[in-house]
Amino acid sequence: MKQRYVYVLAALLAVIGLSVFLYKWQVLGFPLSEDQEKPVWTIESAVRFNSGPGSIKVQLHIPTLTPGFRMLNENSVSRGYGFSINYGSGGREAQWAIRRADGDQTIYYRISVYEDDSVDESDTTPPFPPLPVINEPLKTAADVLVADVRDHSADTASFTTELLRRLNDRSPDPNVELLLASVRNDADFVDIARTMLAAARIPARTVHGFPLAGRQRNASLVSWLEVHDGDQWLYFNPATGEQSLPDRFLVWWRGNEPLVNVEGGSNVEVDFAIQENHLDAVAIAETQAAQRGASAVDFSLYSLPIQTQAVYAVLLMIPIGALIMVVMRNIIGIDAFGTFMPVLIALAFRETKLLWGVILFTTLVALGLSIRFLLDRLRLLLVPRLSAVLIVVVMLMLIISLASHRLGMETGLSVALFPMVIIAMTIERMSVVWEERGAADAMRAGLGSLFVAIAAYIFMGIAWLEHLIFTFPELLLLILALVVLAGRYTGYRLTELRRFKELSAD
Amino acid sequence: MFSVARNLRRNGVLGLNERNADFIMRLNPRRYYPRVDDKALTKELALKAGMAVPDLYGIIEHQGQVRQFAEMVGDLRSFVIKPAQGSGGDGILVVTGRSARKRDSFRLSSGVLISKGELEHHISNIVGGQYSLSGGRDKALIEYCVHFDPVFADVSYQGVPDIRVVVYRGYPAMAMVRLPTRASDGKANLHQGAVGAGVDMGSGVTLEGVLNDEVVDEHPDTGALVAGLQIPQWEFILETSAKGYEVTGLGYLGVDMVIDRDRGPLILEMNARPGLNIQIANGTGLADRIARIDDIHDVLASPQQRAAIARREFGLERGS
Repeated sequence: MKQRYVYVLAALLAVIGLSVFLYKWQVLGFPLSEDQEKPVWTIESAVRFNSGPGSIKVQLHIPTLTPGFRMLNENSVSRGYGFSINYGSGGREAQWAIRRADGDQTIYYRISVYEDDSVDESDTTPPFPPLPVINEPLKTAADVLVADVRDHSADTASFTTELLRRLNDRSPDPNVELLLASVRNDADFVDIARTMLAAARIPARTVHGFPLAGRQRNASLVSWLEVHDGDQWLYFNPATGEQSLPDRFLVWWRGNEPLVNVEGGSNVEVDFAIQENHLDAVAIAETQAAQRGASAVDFSLYSLPIQTQAVYAVLLMIPIGALIMVVMRNIIGIDAFGTFMPVLIALAFRETKLLWGVILFTTLVALGLSIRFLLDRLRLLLVPRLSAVLIVVVMLMLIISLASHRLGMETGLSVALFPMVIIAMTIERMSVVWEERGAADAMRAGLGSLFVAIAAYIFMGIAWLEHLIFTFPELLLLILALVVLAGRYTGYRLTELRRFKELSAD
Repeated sequence: MFSVARNLRRNGVLGLNERNADFIMRLNPRRYYPRVDDKALTKELALKAGMAVPDLYGIIEHQGQVRQFAEMVGDLRSFVIKPAQGSGGDGILVVTGRSARKRDSFRLSSGVLISKGELEHHISNIVGGQYSLSGGRDKALIEYCVHFDPVFADVSYQGVPDIRVVVYRGYPAMAMVRLPTRASDGKANLHQGAVGAGVDMGSGVTLEGVLNDEVVDEHPDTGALVAGLQIPQWEFILETSAKGYEVTGLGYLGVDMVIDRDRGPLILEMNARPGLNIQIANGTGLADRIARIDDIHDVLASPQQRAAIARREFGLERGS
């Protein structure tokens, strides 16, 4: 009955811990390993123009829906201008306004994005477009082309491919030639294709953006064709008819409205500069979670002051040490002094490093023990004797530090990090065991403690484990579950297999 | 490795984890622990229940009383000093005589002479809690030193051999004799190197022994055979052990008894966490016997009946 409660409790703890962990990892994107950095692109658009005499209003299309990318942050630098973001037909529009401005003006808008495959086109399904109004003789040419392409295609995708193939044909037929007569740039070409698709009642729109790659000073906008097949938006290369999207294509805006619109200014130019940075994945995940209003971040240890973080980075490893202790004591069955003495020694080892830690610990305990045996002859009462041992331990630490400093070995100074009360207790316990059970038992338990401490040190020092626990403190619930389960482990300890070997005959 | 564990499991060997989780935690309510952890209380309860215990000469409860030690022992030539809350035989001093020349010098069971001052320091340590399970203040008991029955004379090196009976829910389940050796410093404690010998529950005859988890036939110091010794008053020993259940209320109990030359079996102490070495000494696991007791358990059975059932159930079949 009780056994079942234990399993239920352990399962509950594990499920809670793991699900919070998975949510933070998979949904919020917290990284599993420490030095994981994600590329972050910062795109800066500079709008330059000559100011006119009156008030100025600048409207710039800015990214709204960006499949494959998630926005980290955005900001605008514009001295003296009022800034607002509005939603227009083509998505978001940044708007700057000023009553008066003199001379050449430059307005910056900067956005940082990072790749996130989970960001998808969460756009609504568009209505069927109205038949475009096309004047003769273009109308006849369009009708013939659309009818012809329809005959040579099966669905929306193949219709689009076929249409683009014909529009791109090196030796176009006369109808296509007529339709393309007025095309001056890529955007116009895509616009003709869009009109043809509208004539076939296929929703389509132009998308403008950049393939992000490294650092670019004057990135040029690429126009792409987006077609809705009734379920989702498909992307087509207008120059080949291929259904694809360039690698890392960041959609800046959609539609055929101009990128920028300046009222009260002239000689408008827009430059785009792209820069690639690498940012700590934890920082990205936090910014993103904050945008979503996820409460997991409110409890994140990264929000603590740096010094407190450093303390918790160490403290959070103690449960790992405790788990090692449980395994060593209850599953393997190694003798050690004190319940958590080895874990605290392992903590001290973190500062002194292993070799020096073992040397200093052994020296300290050995010296302390010999002095404890001397004290024994004085026949002191228990508490004064323990206090005397404690004082002796402090003095020994001082002497070791001073001596090693004189010898130029700075590592010796770190002896001060050993938990002196714990060491004093260990010395006392060890000397009692020594007297009562003999040197062999005392040495065995002493070495057992050292062994457990080293094991705990090794596990507590695993960098990715430390990062994992620090980033996902909810994993402590999992450790708790394991410890609770171990608390009901009634199997043999490993050392008992040897101890009871006489009884293991078949 | 796993095959070893499987064999152990099949042979009914109890492990420490299983003992702690399934028996001690389940059957030994924490509130009854003082009844066995405080030997002064154990003695009082045992006397009330009409069980034989070594006479108590005096209790030293605080440092101020340490000086009264000499008055308490008076002219006694032999006595035992033990911490009321000690464990595993730690802190017990057995005084077997006095120096002929100096009355203030006491001879320990090991033959070492020790001054009155040293004894008082030892008592101070006990009262200060050095041997106490909880680490807190303790009491020192000064009691009758058992003159052990010669039955174990050949298989003991100094000290007092004792009999440990594990009592499960009031039924004696397994027993062993613990024989001090030179290595154990006269203490009857297997951890410290004493020899443990299994006992046939039916007849009270010793089986082969175990020393440091290894099976041995002879006592390491005297060379005498450990097996085949008849424990006197075996039936009475089992009945007394069974009574320990009523006295303490502990369902998983170790009862330690000694056989005094003049006074017969006496209860030395009882233990809420009896060790598992008894399995090695008997060459068999406890789990099967525990399962059998669970089957035949009868709340109304008297200690005498339970002891008789244990003799019948767990005795070795002897005969032609």
